[in-house]
Amino acid sequence: MSYGKLDYRNGDLPRGEPQMFRMNAQNITKPQTRTLPRHLRRLEAESIEIMREVVAEFSKPVMLYSIGKDSSVMLHLAQKAFYPAKVPFPLLHVDTTWKFREMISFRDETAQRLGINLIVHVNQDGIERGINPIDSGSTLHTQVMKTDALKQALDLYGFDAAFGGARRDEEKSRAKERIFSFRSQGHVWDPRNQRPELWNLFNTRSRKGETMRVFAISNWTELDVWEYIMLENIPVVPLYFAKQRWVVHRNGTLIMVDDERLPLAPDETPELKMMRFRTLGCYPLSGAIESDAANIKDIVAEMQVATLSERQGRLIDTDEVASMEKKKREGYF
Amino acid sequence: MDTDALRELTFTDSKDQLRFITCGSVDDGKSTLIGRFLHDSKAIYEDQLQALARDSVKHGTTGDDIDFALLVDGLEAEREQGITIDVAYRFFTTPRRSFMVADTPGHEQYTRNMATGASNAQLAVILIDARKGVLVQTKRHSYICSLLGIRHVVVALNKMDLVDYRKEVFDRIVDDYVDFASNLGFTSIAAIPISARYGDNIIRLSRNTDWFHGPCLLDYLESIDIQSETAGLPFRFPVQWVNRPNLDFRGYAGTVVSGSIAVGDEIVIPASGRNSRVKQIVTYDGDLVRAEAGDAVTITLTDEIDIGRGDIIAKPTERPEVADQFAAHLIWMDQEPMVPGRSYAFRIGTQSIASGSITAMKYRIDVNTGAHVAARTLSLNEIGFCNIATVLPAAFDAYEANRRTGSFIVIDRDTNRTVGAGMIAFPLRRAANIAWQPLSLGKKERAALKHQRPCIIWFTGFSGAGKSTIANLVDQKLFAMSYHTMLLDGDNLRHGLNRDLGFTESDRVENIRRAGEVAKLMVDSGLLVICSFISPYKAERDMVRDLVDDGEFIEVFVDTPIGECVRRDPKGLYAKAKSGTIKNFTGIDAPYEAPSAPEIHLTTLNQQPERLADTVLNCLATRGIIVPANRTEN
Ligand SMILES: Nc1nc2c(ncn2[C@@H]2O[C@H](COP(=O)(O)OP(=O)(O)OP(=O)(O)O)[C@@H](O)[C@H]2O)c(=O)[nH]1
Ligand SMILES: [Mg+2]
Repeated sequence: MSYGKLDYRNGDLPRGEPQMFRMNAQNITKPQTRTLPRHLRRLEAESIEIMREVVAEFSKPVMLYSIGKDSSVMLHLAQKAFYPAKVPFPLLHVDTTWKFREMISFRDETAQRLGINLIVHVNQDGIERGINPIDSGSTLHTQVMKTDALKQALDLYGFDAAFGGARRDEEKSRAKERIFSFRSQGHVWDPRNQRPELWNLFNTRSRKGETMRVFAISNWTELDVWEYIMLENIPVVPLYFAKQRWVVHRNGTLIMVDDERLPLAPDETPELKMMRFRTLGCYPLSGAIESDAANIKDIVAEMQVATLSERQGRLIDTDEVASMEKKKREGYF
Repeated sequence: MDTDALRELTFTDSKDQLRFITCGSVDDGKSTLIGRFLHDSKAIYEDQLQALARDSVKHGTTGDDIDFALLVDGLEAEREQGITIDVAYRFFTTPRRSFMVADTPGHEQYTRNMATGASNAQLAVILIDARKGVLVQTKRHSYICSLLGIRHVVVALNKMDLVDYRKEVFDRIVDDYVDFASNLGFTSIAAIPISARYGDNIIRLSRNTDWFHGPCLLDYLESIDIQSETAGLPFRFPVQWVNRPNLDFRGYAGTVVSGSIAVGDEIVIPASGRNSRVKQIVTYDGDLVRAEAGDAVTITLTDEIDIGRGDIIAKPTERPEVADQFAAHLIWMDQEPMVPGRSYAFRIGTQSIASGSITAMKYRIDVNTGAHVAARTLSLNEIGFCNIATVLPAAFDAYEANRRTGSFIVIDRDTNRTVGAGMIAFPLRRAANIAWQPLSLGKKERAALKHQRPCIIWFTGFSGAGKSTIANLVDQKLFAMSYHTMLLDGDNLRHGLNRDLGFTESDRVENIRRAGEVAKLMVDSGLLVICSFISPYKAERDMVRDLVDDGEFIEVFVDTPIGECVRRDPKGLYAKAKSGTIKNFTGIDAPYEAPSAPEIHLTTLNQQPERLADTVLNCLATRGIIVPANRTEN
């Protein structure tokens, strides 16, 4: 105990043992190939460790691929984790059929470029029922075309673990979730009864019908993600970069007119605006921001002075109070 | 790359991220403090602030003011009850450092969530309500922090606004705390008077406490030098996954948890004693000459030696311990109390151990006083010191020497819940001293002489279900077919070998453990061993299953409804149990866990024992254990 030595009432800093610096030949010859800052190296290593755990412990893992920036980072990390082997699991995209066209082409290019097996799942039942974000409303659309569709796909292929790209800094119920998030039969999350998760000792055991959602980039922040994309040169969907695009003002945000399916009110006339997206989803539900940030450097700069959160553009979150937690309890990723 | 933004990008590299927790007793203001930090460090966006204002009206505990705790208490149940239930992980960055903070719950009921947060923290901010002083939970949390290896503590004396910012209050409580904490092994304790609600001494010094000269909490957290825990330690590399993309490449993927390794270094696999050298350190970004603590890499070796997930790669001069018995501190985290002798699954580093048990409870620790209290078990949130044995040897270090290779978790084999977390103190040498005596004749030879396939036929079910009757018939029939058998009956064993055991849960576990070990010896001698035990717990039946080879344990569930057993009551025991003369009677005041997938399921209602015994024989024949016709070759 050294508290006796310091006058804590005057707030003296505790003095540890004098630090030793050892210089030896090996320290000097270490090749300086990586330019990542230390905190990103640590996050990267942590995510790689999590991914390897899943592949070692589960029989049929899958990566949920939403095409966004977080998915791009996850995919990049997966390539690192298993190198020189190929990524040993498929990607699953749950397609609501209302994604931006640029997302879909980016998705297909990516899968092809990396030679990864991509599974696209659409809830056919929902299509037949005519569910869509415009007439059905965002809540029902999300429930049927995302949550139910995801559960369908996981059951159909028998995946026992699914990587998700959610981060704890995104939303306050996410901040409460474990890295290995256990889902009982029916993919249900029970926030009051999560498994303790100490050290890096993940309890990966589950019974038949139970599954695991694994959030490999839980501890990354939005800024970490962009810094990493920039420093590692990771390709992302061009919609993140500012460009003149056709938009309408709706519910206090900008909605992009991505195709002819978006019905326009009499007083709505599409106009060309310099804009970009902070998050991507179904185009009628994704609000854009006015921005001139046309490259990643600009995006990072913009983010540092941003006054609104990234989720602010997502119409689905504000539907009801505590809606994210509710959706997750129902099996949302 | 010369914009301001990019220059900003490098700031976080000057110091590594600090991972800390807030802890302390219920309502001491932990979540409010974190909310305040997030708010004052501008980590909260406008839309989130608006949501917070709305929330404060609906759920707030602070009258008309904004309730900062609602920024952190993100679960519906938490907001409704105004308490924290589970850990929240939040992030904020200042120009000097980035932080990851785990806000933990103060309620005793959720102690396991507090431990979850503490396990990865380097520093703890322990809050104390200035009106209440040091409470039991303050002590419990401090104790857990110390046990989990946190060496730096900040005592944040909160709610100073409610005691008029008086210096005497601060001094008295800090003295109390330091008194209590002096033997907890903390390297530094700093004390800061704050008001989480009004922001005093959090990001800047407050005029309300002119007697306090700082630093304020944020300054302190930004500047404290936490030396790397892992740099000077011996090299440890737990193998996570074997990377075999093609026949020419065999790499061991994992993260260096401590120390460092270079190409050409000699290594050893402590469990097998095999040596080799590092050939390559492979990463996606190119091969490395040296890998250090924290690096996730793939190592290849110059020799083909047998290494798999769970092995630790170390240096021959600095090996970890290898043992199948060790002493450890254990925090119990499940509603169901710990049962000594019961088979649990363990996870030690990357090693999954299918079965192990707590062989001896040394003592429980009274967190209030630190005193050692005699105990036979641990209940939810209790901490104890015990001996543990695992079916396979594991490689590990003492937790004090290495947090990453000295920790383990305990898992219920049936529900898969994480029921305990442990910190290894030291290996028990007994395993090394009692070597296996190599025997020239084994199970195979002994069974061959008898022309049979040995196995355990295990009857389980309620008292009075008909186990002994059917088991007896099966025994007679096998005997008549010239099989060499032996019958072990629960009641009979309790007259001799198990005479010292009662009917508490832990005695029942020991009862079955002994019976299982005896049955296993008999299997080794080549016999068909028929066992008849109520054996109410799945974990123990599985433990016996694990003692023998695959296919050698035939579980026979004698399925008679409890109502029928009570009606039959052949020994008059149910009557006694109901009147309370005997306690812990299965089906009355002790549970029975029915087998979920028994090899043989006998539904006994309206069935003759003869027929049921034949069913068992038929099943044995189908499984190739016996030959259906009378044996003639003998
Ligand atoms: N007056 C005053 N009230 C405070 C202060 N800090 C917290 N409070 C109030 O104390 C109550 C409990 O605060 P929380 O932050 O929820 O306490 P906690 O420690 O997180 O509680 P649990 O997580 O449930 O253990 C709330 O009503 C806060 O507004 C303070 O410095 N002064
Ligand atoms: Mg709280």
